[in-house]
Amino acid sequence: MLIFECPYCGVLADETDLAAGGEAHLKRFGPGSTDDEFEAYLFNRENPKGVHFERWRHINGCGKWFNAARCTITMEVFGTYPAQTLEPPTEITNNISIKRPVWKWKEFS
Amino acid sequence: MSRRFSNKGRLIKADKPIKFHFNGVQFTGYQGDTLASALLANGKLLLGRSFKYHRPRGVVSSGPEEPNFLVNLGKDHFFEPNQRGTMTNIFEGLSATSQNHFPSLEFDFGEINSWLARFLPAGFYYKMFIHPRPFWKYIYEPLIRMSAGLGQAPKAKDGSTYEHFHAFYDVVVVGGGIAGLQTALVAGRSGIKVLLIEQHASWGGRAQIDEDEIDDAPVNSWVNKVLEELAAMPNVSLRTRMTGVGVYDHGYFLGYEQLNDHKANKDGPRHRLWKIRSKLIVCCTGAIERPVSFAGNDIPGVVLASAVRDYAINFGVSIGQKTVVITNNDDAYKTAIFLKESGLEVPVILDAREHGGGEAAARARAIGIRVENGKVISRVIGRKRVRGVNVCLSSGEGETTERIGCDAVAMSGGWSPVVHLWSHCGGKLEWNDESSMFCPDKSRPPTNENGESFVETVGAASGNTQLNEIVEEATELGLSIGRKFGGKQIRSNVPKVKQHVENPVEPLWFTPRRAKRKLRNKTFLDFQNDVKISDVELAAREGFESVEHLKRYTTLGMATDQGKLSNINGLAVLANALATPISKVGTTTFRPPYTPVSMGSIAGSARDSVFQPVRMSPIHSWHVEHDAVFEPVGFWRRPYCFANKGEATEQAVNREILQTRSSVGILDASTLGKLIVSGPDAGNFLDLVYTNMMSNLTIGKCRYGLMCSENGFLIDDGVVARIGENTFLCHTTTGGAERIHSHMEEWLQTEWWDLQVFVQNITEQYAQIAVVGPNSRKLLNKLGGTDISKEALGFMEWTDALLGGFQTRIFRISFSGELSFEISVDASVGLDFWNALLDAGSDYGVMPYGTEALHVMRAEKGFIMIGDETDGTIIPQDLNLNWAISKKKNDFIGKRAHERIFMRNPDRWKLVGLETLDGSVLPDGSYAVGAGRNRNGQKHTIGRVTSTYFSPTLNRGIAMGLVQNGPDRVGEVIKFEKISGEIVEATIVDPVFYDKSGSKQNV
Amino acid sequence: MKKYSAFAVAREALRDHLGWERAWRSSEPQKKYDVIIIGAGGHGLATAYYLGKNYGITNVAILEKGWLGGGNTGRNTTIIRSNYLQDPSAAIYEKARSLYENLSQDLNYNVMFSPRGVMMLAQTQHEIRGYERTAHANALQGVSTEFISPQKVKKLCPIINIDGPRYPVLGALWQPRGGTARHDAVAWGYARACSDMGMHIIQQCEVTGVNTIDGKVVGVETTKGAIACKKIGIVVAGHSGVLADMAGFRLPIESVALQALVSEPIKPCMDVVVMANTVHGYMSQSDKGEMVIGGGADGYNNYSQRGSFHHVEETVRALVETFPIISRLKMLRWWGGIVVISKTPVKNIFINCGWGTGGFKAIPGSGWAMAELIAKGEPGPLAEDFRVTRFREGQFIDESVAAGVAH
Repeated sequence: MLIFECPYCGVLADETDLAAGGEAHLKRFGPGSTDDEFEAYLFNRENPKGVHFERWRHINGCGKWFNAARCTITMEVFGTYPAQTLEPPTEITNNISIKRPVWKWKEFS
Repeated sequence: MSRRFSNKGRLIKADKPIKFHFNGVQFTGYQGDTLASALLANGKLLLGRSFKYHRPRGVVSSGPEEPNFLVNLGKDHFFEPNQRGTMTNIFEGLSATSQNHFPSLEFDFGEINSWLARFLPAGFYYKMFIHPRPFWKYIYEPLIRMSAGLGQAPKAKDGSTYEHFHAFYDVVVVGGGIAGLQTALVAGRSGIKVLLIEQHASWGGRAQIDEDEIDDAPVNSWVNKVLEELAAMPNVSLRTRMTGVGVYDHGYFLGYEQLNDHKANKDGPRHRLWKIRSKLIVCCTGAIERPVSFAGNDIPGVVLASAVRDYAINFGVSIGQKTVVITNNDDAYKTAIFLKESGLEVPVILDAREHGGGEAAARARAIGIRVENGKVISRVIGRKRVRGVNVCLSSGEGETTERIGCDAVAMSGGWSPVVHLWSHCGGKLEWNDESSMFCPDKSRPPTNENGESFVETVGAASGNTQLNEIVEEATELGLSIGRKFGGKQIRSNVPKVKQHVENPVEPLWFTPRRAKRKLRNKTFLDFQNDVKISDVELAAREGFESVEHLKRYTTLGMATDQGKLSNINGLAVLANALATPISKVGTTTFRPPYTPVSMGSIAGSARDSVFQPVRMSPIHSWHVEHDAVFEPVGFWRRPYCFANKGEATEQAVNREILQTRSSVGILDASTLGKLIVSGPDAGNFLDLVYTNMMSNLTIGKCRYGLMCSENGFLIDDGVVARIGENTFLCHTTTGGAERIHSHMEEWLQTEWWDLQVFVQNITEQYAQIAVVGPNSRKLLNKLGGTDISKEALGFMEWTDALLGGFQTRIFRISFSGELSFEISVDASVGLDFWNALLDAGSDYGVMPYGTEALHVMRAEKGFIMIGDETDGTIIPQDLNLNWAISKKKNDFIGKRAHERIFMRNPDRWKLVGLETLDGSVLPDGSYAVGAGRNRNGQKHTIGRVTSTYFSPTLNRGIAMGLVQNGPDRVGEVIKFEKISGEIVEATIVDPVFYDKSGSKQNV
Repeated sequence: MKKYSAFAVAREALRDHLGWERAWRSSEPQKKYDVIIIGAGGHGLATAYYLGKNYGITNVAILEKGWLGGGNTGRNTTIIRSNYLQDPSAAIYEKARSLYENLSQDLNYNVMFSPRGVMMLAQTQHEIRGYERTAHANALQGVSTEFISPQKVKKLCPIINIDGPRYPVLGALWQPRGGTARHDAVAWGYARACSDMGMHIIQQCEVTGVNTIDGKVVGVETTKGAIACKKIGIVVAGHSGVLADMAGFRLPIESVALQALVSEPIKPCMDVVVMANTVHGYMSQSDKGEMVIGGGADGYNNYSQRGSFHHVEETVRALVETFPIISRLKMLRWWGGIVVISKTPVKNIFINCGWGTGGFKAIPGSGWAMAELIAKGEPGPLAEDFRVTRFREGQFIDESVAAGVAH
């Protein structure tokens, strides 16, 4: 039963207050993109055993979407941050580097 | 013979006799007795039958680990199978029956399996019953199923209620023994929030039985003193009969409290499931004694040494008059000494260790008990009860050196810490050679959201059996918890406990060490599932070498006790067979729950009518009063139709349609989703969300819009009204309001967060009523107050207006093809407005109609319905809705997806109307078949029905469907195949069956 | 290898079962094989078996990082059915189901396939229409199903409450030849048969890299050394992403925990498998007497084989509502299986994964189709529709159309 701190309202939100939203930092490919780009955007996913960046919505709370960095094996949460960003804050990536010296996730590691 | 030798048991009140029934016979016990102790007191030793061989069994333990003594408990609405007799307190009127036998416990035909045991080794069923094939379904499996299961299935609905508690603590201490009490006491003194729980009815754990002193006083007086202090602390909660059953990620803890299982009066909730968030969970869960593996170790009368002591001290009950003790450690000596001092016979203590015991052994000898070192039991004599034991050398092959008559055996194979809660969330274990235990590996604890340890163990659960060390460990931990969670500075002394000198335990996995095969075939590891040493050895021989294979192949540890008694012994036998150390073999994964938890408690109070929330429109009460036939639509209840007395639903639907089409009908459309989208970029945003252009909609006008997923599929539709320069009202389907609201929020927040838009779901703030039919305008004019003529309020326009004194918003939109007004009012006056419409329409025979009439009328008009014409695989183009897809926009959700080759395939199935040649109604869901079969031999299909109804308006069946190249094939007759294979022919027609010109709605 | 039979058991009984051979040989790797299958779960072992049986390819190694059958093969609710809506799914699941019918005889290992019937309850008007459509589709696909009345539902499964106050049962889609099988036995039976054909089952051998020359696979690196091969089949379910990463590509999949639980064993009271999709739960009773219960999956990526409690709560609540007598039974064991979900039930042929909740029931069919692909280098009719390019083209095989939860 996961618990995350909502970066908007500051509430420690129980999993039952949240809706999982899958991989974070997907770059949208719309009209004008190639078939390859569009397919990769829509379907291909990071599925790491370890550090993962994902989206959550505080659906039964303030309603805001936020991103979280979490370990898919131990469930450790390295930090949460607002969804309105193209990349994770450096304090979070630094925190991950300290706790998981070898990690990779797209271009952010 | 087992009996009550003393009325001075710690837990019983001898002045309070209680009558109860077991297998139909009345017995008497005392208040405080468990079902097990009370029956033992009455000389009942044979209490159950094992699962596979139906061997006669008695109790082997005194706690939740009991595998043998399970009963069917209670009657009718309070009946429950597989209740452990060792954990069930008796109460007046209790009624229980033993399980898994026919015709009776004493004489069971199933015992034939026991005589055939050699033909039924582990996994025998994988190797047999293969030929001939039909025999499996008709003969073998029915036979196997006949012997399946233990207790009876309940027949009646549960008469009890259940509830959930949600709670938050700094620390939850599990286990109310000395370790738990001391930890909770010291932590509690610092003022932090503590919950202390104990699975049994009373506090204090084993130490009170083992006669140690704490602070120079008897243990129970120390326990009482501590309890008094804890009870006085406002920051500490205490609960008995509450078991810690599961630890989950991020400090989530499940507690299972049994509130009235021990009472005759069943009022109030039966169980309470506690859902707790705790910063720390401290497991003071103790240890469970291991049985010793010798031939005949399952015969009634062979009981764990600690349980023999429990029954004697707690209940004044002895398992037998002459008890042989077999052990590999010093603890079991306490059992022998207590029995002897109580005047019962202990013919011998067999200590498997060559060098025997320490202090305790000396004490035993001093009171005249014979102690034999390096000796063990080679086999137990007896069938339904112990009659004696054959003694042999511990190191030998089992040659009998002596036969000793006895009627009970107390066995101790060492102790296993209860590490379940430590392990549930990933805490690792390490094998400790010195104590022969799997202990928590404190360097690899379960970790929480911060990557920090959140489970601790203290005392026997850590593998520590010395009380003086345990109280020290508990005190230190209590102090550090207080500091960690911001408690006040306190000092707590370590209670004074005498240290005992014990000789170390020596592993004793089976006896004798080189036991012959004949003995191993009779030596049980898992009592309930009848797994023997020979079974584990067979599994190892056949290559089932991992513990997971072993468990699955032999069913070791899969019984209702989940291997609490059997696992470690089984692993040791496996390790021996594979010639590897036990530490290499490892354990199976510990999974919740620690002890079985009632399904009722998991479900909680959400049952029957409150199983799920019901959403009700503001007019719901009227529908109920007027006998609406309801259908669930999501959490909503909507009237399907309003059937008069004696009227079938189909008749009601037809009546509602005909009346609406000929005069006027009203529909409660309040469930329709209503989203307000506002802000300077609202128009731009809706252009991205809808396939249509919305930004150019004029204020005061309505437009029908479509929404697709990013994958291109149609997800919702509805009418959009522009309320103001920056404000739009978007209608969604009934099921779509929350989903589409979330969809919009997701795109706004995570992709186009630069847009200044705000979305509100106002579905429940307004009642919405559709007034439909040629007389609808007349009806509204009777209410009066606003000019709603064609000129004042044209088709696809809306206005805010007073109608009959109600503040309304009127939309001139139609989902039926008739002249129609959808009118919204504040939810609070929805019912009044509904009644006002009914009054005003009485001259026109106004009639409420339900969802089915709505569906039929929209199908007559060829309008699509999300969920009928769409199923998640349909794009707007399939439904000939290209007109609603803007060509001017650069982008909208789904646009890129529509460009893919398969979406542009001209052979996609497209929407058409269908008319059967004979006027019948096409079967719902039927497919149109083409010639031949596909490469997998399936019949070739060229289309399917999406909506099919009897149209009372046209007095024939009408249908909509998707057909390959359908719109190009109008007039063609195609074949639909029923499940029976019968063919129904239908002509492809235009999907608009009624008022093709649209003149009726636009008047 | 010695044949299993009642006679063999009797013969061995007379000599204390000392004569049984290993069910499968554990091997150390050779230097080179024709084909390497990565993953010794049900799908991997079935692939190897049909490679040998149908194509005579037996120089095969099956590499397993843990113990064979230790993944989802041993952690599912054992349901077998083929009442799927879409033609390609129905084809492969019906192929699997029909292979299950004879699997015990084929493998000489009793996998206890029990065609006791599977019903999917319709509890809304919408569900009725969905299942009527499926029944029509199944009739054309050669899958025997029917839509049955609430009264027949009650007759087949007396413990169902068909008059529940919230979701009365309005009917059901009934597949009489659907059922269950003993999940572990399926893996063990295939393993034994593969071993019998001379294939090597190499347990505790983790693949750490894939070797390619000029874009062609030439072998794998493992914790037991390098092994050369001509072809590789990757059949590792939840770890597909990790392996695909080694081979340098991404997949349209995510690994999540799917929860299941069993009750304590009780005497038989339910002969059929019941799935209630409106309330999200399904239940059957095993030959041991345990009620086997499954429900929803967590929404987040998870490799921990444990999940969140609230899904169990929802599932149990739904089933207590549907089967009121289970309220006083007790949950005995609860686990999370790691399933690979995808936006659609996808199967990539070079990598066979993404079965979502439908993995166990597909094992023989999937193995059959994958073996054909590996042997011939191109997909046969069963697999053709599942080629991975269909994503790019926008062609999907979506079963959620018919049922709220697909299993």
